[in-house]
Amino acid sequence: MSDRDFRIITKPIRKKDAMQLLTGQPVYVDDITPSDCLVVKLLRSPYASAVVEEIDTTVAMYVPGIEAIYTYKDVPDNRFTTAGQTFPEPSPYDRLILDRRLRCVGDPVAIVAGENEEAVDKAVKLIKVKYKVLEPVLDFHSSKDSDIIVHPEDNWQSLADVGADNKRNLVASEEDSHGDFDAVIAGCDEVVEGVYHCKANNQAMMETFRTYCQIDTYGRLQIISSTQIVFHVRRIVSNALGIPKSQIRVTKPRIGGGFGAKQSVVAEIYPAFVTWMTKKPSKIIYSREESQIIASPRHEMEVSVKIGSDKNGHIKAISVHTLSNSGAYSEHGPTTVGLSGHKSISLYSNNLEAYKFTYDVVYTNLQSAGAFRGYGAPQGIYAVESAVNILAKKLGINPIRLREINMVREGNCMHSYYGEIATSCTLDKCLEKAKNMIGWDEKYPCRDMGNGKIRSVGMAIAMQGSGISFVDVGGATVKLTEDGQFALTIGAADMGTGCDTILAQMVAECMDCEIEDVTVYSADSDISPYDSGSYASSTTYVTGKAVEKACLELREHLCNIASDMLEADSDSLIYSFDGIMTEDGSRKVSLLDIATKSMCGNSETVQVTASHSAPVSPPPYMAGMVEIEIDRETGEIKVLDYVGVIDCGTVINENLARIQAEGGILQGIGMALYEDINYTDKGKIIENSFMNYKIPARTDVGRIRVDFESSYEETGPFGAKSIGELVIDTPVPAIAHAIYNATGVMLKEVPFTPARILEAFDEN
Amino acid sequence: MLKIKQFVKVSSIEEAYELNQQKNNIVIGGMLWLKMQDRIINTAIDMSGLGLDKIEENDAEFRLGAMVTLRDMETHKSINEYFGNAVCDAVKNIVGVQFRNLATVGGSVFGRYGFSDVLTVLMALNAKVELYGQGIMSIEEFAAKPYDNDILLHVIIPKENRKARYSSVRNQSTDFPVITCGVSASQDDYRIAIGARPARAVVFSFERNTKLQEMLDEIDKKLVTESNNRADADYRHRVALVLARRSLSEL
Amino acid sequence: MEIKFILNGKKIATEIGADTILLDLLRKYKCYSVKRGCETSNCGLCTVFLDDKPVLSCSIPAARVDGRNVTTLEGLQKEAEEFGAFIADQGAEQCGFCNPGFMMNAIALLRENANPTDDEIKAYLAGNLCRCSGYEGQLRGIRAYIEYRNGVNNVR
Repeated sequence: MSDRDFRIITKPIRKKDAMQLLTGQPVYVDDITPSDCLVVKLLRSPYASAVVEEIDTTVAMYVPGIEAIYTYKDVPDNRFTTAGQTFPEPSPYDRLILDRRLRCVGDPVAIVAGENEEAVDKAVKLIKVKYKVLEPVLDFHSSKDSDIIVHPEDNWQSLADVGADNKRNLVASEEDSHGDFDAVIAGCDEVVEGVYHCKANNQAMMETFRTYCQIDTYGRLQIISSTQIVFHVRRIVSNALGIPKSQIRVTKPRIGGGFGAKQSVVAEIYPAFVTWMTKKPSKIIYSREESQIIASPRHEMEVSVKIGSDKNGHIKAISVHTLSNSGAYSEHGPTTVGLSGHKSISLYSNNLEAYKFTYDVVYTNLQSAGAFRGYGAPQGIYAVESAVNILAKKLGINPIRLREINMVREGNCMHSYYGEIATSCTLDKCLEKAKNMIGWDEKYPCRDMGNGKIRSVGMAIAMQGSGISFVDVGGATVKLTEDGQFALTIGAADMGTGCDTILAQMVAECMDCEIEDVTVYSADSDISPYDSGSYASSTTYVTGKAVEKACLELREHLCNIASDMLEADSDSLIYSFDGIMTEDGSRKVSLLDIATKSMCGNSETVQVTASHSAPVSPPPYMAGMVEIEIDRETGEIKVLDYVGVIDCGTVINENLARIQAEGGILQGIGMALYEDINYTDKGKIIENSFMNYKIPARTDVGRIRVDFESSYEETGPFGAKSIGELVIDTPVPAIAHAIYNATGVMLKEVPFTPARILEAFDEN
Repeated sequence: MLKIKQFVKVSSIEEAYELNQQKNNIVIGGMLWLKMQDRIINTAIDMSGLGLDKIEENDAEFRLGAMVTLRDMETHKSINEYFGNAVCDAVKNIVGVQFRNLATVGGSVFGRYGFSDVLTVLMALNAKVELYGQGIMSIEEFAAKPYDNDILLHVIIPKENRKARYSSVRNQSTDFPVITCGVSASQDDYRIAIGARPARAVVFSFERNTKLQEMLDEIDKKLVTESNNRADADYRHRVALVLARRSLSEL
Repeated sequence: MEIKFILNGKKIATEIGADTILLDLLRKYKCYSVKRGCETSNCGLCTVFLDDKPVLSCSIPAARVDGRNVTTLEGLQKEAEEFGAFIADQGAEQCGFCNPGFMMNAIALLRENANPTDDEIKAYLAGNLCRCSGYEGQLRGIRAYIEYRNGVNNVR
C-alpha cells in the first residue's frame, strides 16, 4: 500500500488502553496474579568477586512458612545468556541460574521461596555462607588480558563469531573499515581527536521487574511477566532450566515501561525455577534497589574519536574506537557496541572517504549491562557529534553549515552502515526546521544576559535503525470476528509506546474500518504468531509490515467467500468495510454476513498469519537543538528549550510519535545532566535508589518541542520507519555543545553537573 | 526492612516521654527517613493526637508544633509574608507536595540531617526549640548536641523583624541540595546559615554594621566543607560564598 | 491491632500489624491503582488522599489512618474519567504505571487551585515521576482540561 492519502494512519488516535490505564484499572502483573503464592527472593553477593566455599541453609529452612531454598548445588549446569536476542545468540553463554562463583555485588547466591515476605526475609538472613573473597576487576580499562579472569569456567561458550574470548575477558572484539583511513586522515587539513565517557544509565521504568509463575492444566510452566520479549523468555527459561520449550508458556499483560530493560530475562528465571521444582505458584517482585544495582543498564562506554576534514569543511575520515564495559556477564555486549560506530560515523556519509571502527567489549566485576533505548548509539553519537562541533569551531564554520556540507543525504551509500543506501532521508529539512524553531541565527553561540546568567545554544544530529536487518521477524494474525469486525493478535509488546494502537490503525487502514472495529491481543507464546519482540525500534517497521501483509491476504479470503455468496468472480469483487460488492454495485454482502457464512459449511479461512523480515534497516533521522541557561558563578544549568525535528518516515500516530520523542529527549537530558552511577572501591553502586539516582522531574526543564519532517520509506508499512530509540540520541551532545559555546570547554564525561560546568569556566 | 512491634498513639506528652526513655522505642514524625532503615523498633510513638500540628502566632513569635508539616510551613501566609518567602523557598524543592504533606518540622529538626533545608532556614531565622525535658534552647545548640531521648515539642521562630532570603544549589531540582544558604538581618545583626556542607548547617553571625566583604572573608576563613558523590568540598565552599553574597546584597 | 477508617466512602474495620504500611493494606482491599515504584518516597506512584490531602501511602503506617478518611483512584472514577480523557487525547498516559498517582495529585492540585499557571502545575506535580512521557503531554492535557472546565463554567 502506498496510497498517501490515509484515513486512519497519521491521525492522533487515542491509545486503545488509555482510559483503563488512566483510571487505574488492574492490568499489570502484580494486579492480575494471585497474592497467596510463594514469595521468591534472592540472597545476593555482598562482594564483587567471591566463591561460595560453604553454604548452609539448615537454620533458614526452619523458618515457618519456608517452602524451598536453592543454592548452586541444586541448579542445572547449563550455561545460558539472559539477553533476549534472535538466533544465533550473539551474547556468549556465561550464566548459571546460581553459580558458585560470584562476579558482582548483587549476584544471586540462593533462591528462597516461602509463604510470605516476612518469612522469606528472615530466611534470607539466616542462610550461612562462607565466602572466599577474590580480587575483582573494577576498572574496565585494565580488564582485557588481565591476570584476573572473570569467566574462567570451561563450559563458557560463544555461539556466534563476535571475537569473544573468556580467557582474555573479552565479550567481543572487532575491526571494521572502508577505504584507507590512515592515508586519508594524513591528507586532512584539520584533525580533531577526543575521548568521551558515558557511564552506565538505568532505564528506571516505573514498574520494576516482576514475574509470576504457575503450572497450567497440562502440567506446563506458565510464566506471566512484565517483558518485551515473550518468545525469547520461553527460549531462555528453557535453556536455563533444561526443559523443552513446548513445556513453557509465556504471556505478558500491560508493562509498566521497559526502554530495553525488559529485553533481558532479569527476573523470570528465579520464580520459573521455584515453580518448576515445587509445582506451586510463585512470584518475584524486584525492589527498586535491585532494579538499580543488579538488572540491565546501559553499557558504560569510552569512545575515542578522530575526525579529519579539508579546510573547506569536507569531512573525509572518521575513526571510532569503543571500549565497552559489559560487566559481569555478556548480555547485549557484542551488539550494543556496534551501534556506537555504525550510527555515528554513518551520519557523515556524504563526503566520507574512509573510516575505521574498532572495539573491545570487556568483562568486569560490576553490574552486568543490557539493552537501553539507543543501544550504544547515544555513546557513539556523543563522541562523534562533539568532535564535529569542535571541528566547526576550529574551521570557523557554523556547526549547522558544517552539517549541511557533510550530513548523510538521500541516495548516499552508508559504507559504515552495512553499505545500506539512505533510501529515505529528510535530515536536511529536519536541520533547517530545527534551526528556525530554536532561533539559531540570533542565539548562536551565546548571550550574556547581564544578570550573571549566560544563555547558549547547541546542536546535534542522529540516526538509528528500524529493526535488525535479516534478523528480526515480525508476526501478525488478523481475523474476521463473528460480528464482522477484526481481531489482531501479535507477539510484539506494547510497553506504553502504543504499538497495540499503531498496529490496529494499520489494520483499520487496510480493512477500511475504524479503529474501534479492531481488537488487539498481545502477547502469548502459545497464541501469538512468532515475533522477536519489541526492541531495536522494530515494531512499527517490521511487525507493521506483517500486519499489512496479513490484512491484504485476509481481504482475498473474504472476497473468496463473498464470491460464493454472490456467485461472482472473486477478482472482480470490490472490498469495503460496508461489504463486498460486485463490480457494477448491484449486489453486496456485508462482512457480518461473511462472518456468519464463515462459520457454516465453509472451508475458506478468515484468519491470516503473516510474518515479515527486512533485508534493510532504514534509519530514522533527527536534528536536536537546545538553549540552556548557565549561572556563571554556581555552574547551575537549566534547559530552557529543546527542539527535536524528526524524520521517522510516515508518522503513524502523531500524538504517540510526539510523546515518544518528548519522553526520549527528556531521558537524554537526564543522561546529560543528572543520572550518574558511581561505585565504591569495593564495586558497590552508590546510586541504588531514586533518592540517589535522579531521573528528571517536571520542574527540571523548560520546554521540549517536537516536530516532524517526514520522508517516505518504501520498504516500511505506509512509508514508516522507527522512532522509539532515535529520540534519546541528541540531548547529550547538543547540551555538551551548548556548554562548550558558553564556557569554551567541551565536557567529555556525563553527567554535566554544576560543579563540572563551573570548572569548565575556570579552565578557559 | 523496618519492623515495628507496637504502635502507640499517645494521649499525653508525659506518656510519649516515658515510652521514649526505653531502648528501641522511637517517636515517629513523617516516617520518611525512618521507614528506609533496616531496624527493629519496639514501640513507635505517635504524637499526632496531641494538637502539635498547629502553627500559632503572637506578637513575639511563631510557634510550630512538632507535627506541623513542611507543606504547612510552605503555605503559611503569615510566616512567609514575615520572612520574605524564605521559609517557602527553603522547603518547596523537597521531593513533592505529597512528601511535604507528611514530613514534619519536628522530624526534620530532631533528625539534624546534614542535607536539611529546614534546619538551615530555621538557623538563619534564629529559631529555638522547645524540648519536653530540657526546655527551650537555640536551634544551634540543639543541632550540635548528640541524639538523646528527649522529646521535641515546638519550634519557635521569634519575630525579630528579620528580613530573610533562602537559596540552595541542587544538581537536579528535587534532589538533596549540594549547598544551602539562609540569611537574615535584624536591626542588630546578620545571621548566615550554611548547610549541606554536606554536614549539618552552621551559622555565622555578625553585627549589623559589618561590611559585606568582611562577612564574606570571615565565612571564607571559617566555613568547612567536604566532598561526597554530589559535589566536592571546593565547589561547595565557593558556591556557599556566592549564595551568601547574593542573598546579603538583596537584603 | 484494630483500626477503623473510611476507604472510598466505605467503613473498614480491620486487624493490622504495627508496621503494616498503608499502601499494602490498600492493595489488600483491592485498590490496585495504588502502586509502589520505589522504597525511598521519591516516585509519587502511591499517592492517595488522607483526609483530602495528597500523601504517599508507601510512607504511612496503616495505624495512623485509624478514624480517618482514605481515598484512592478507585473512589474517584468519575473525575478520573472526565479528566483522564484529556490526558488520553494527548497519548500522554504511555505505560500507565505512574498514572494513578499522577491523576490523584493532579486532582488534588485542581481542587486547591482551579486555575494554576504552568509553573504552579509543574511545582505541584514535581513529586510525580514519569519516565515515559517527558511531562509535556501531561501538561498539555491538564491545560486542555482546565480550558474545558472554564468553558463549561462560563456557559453556566
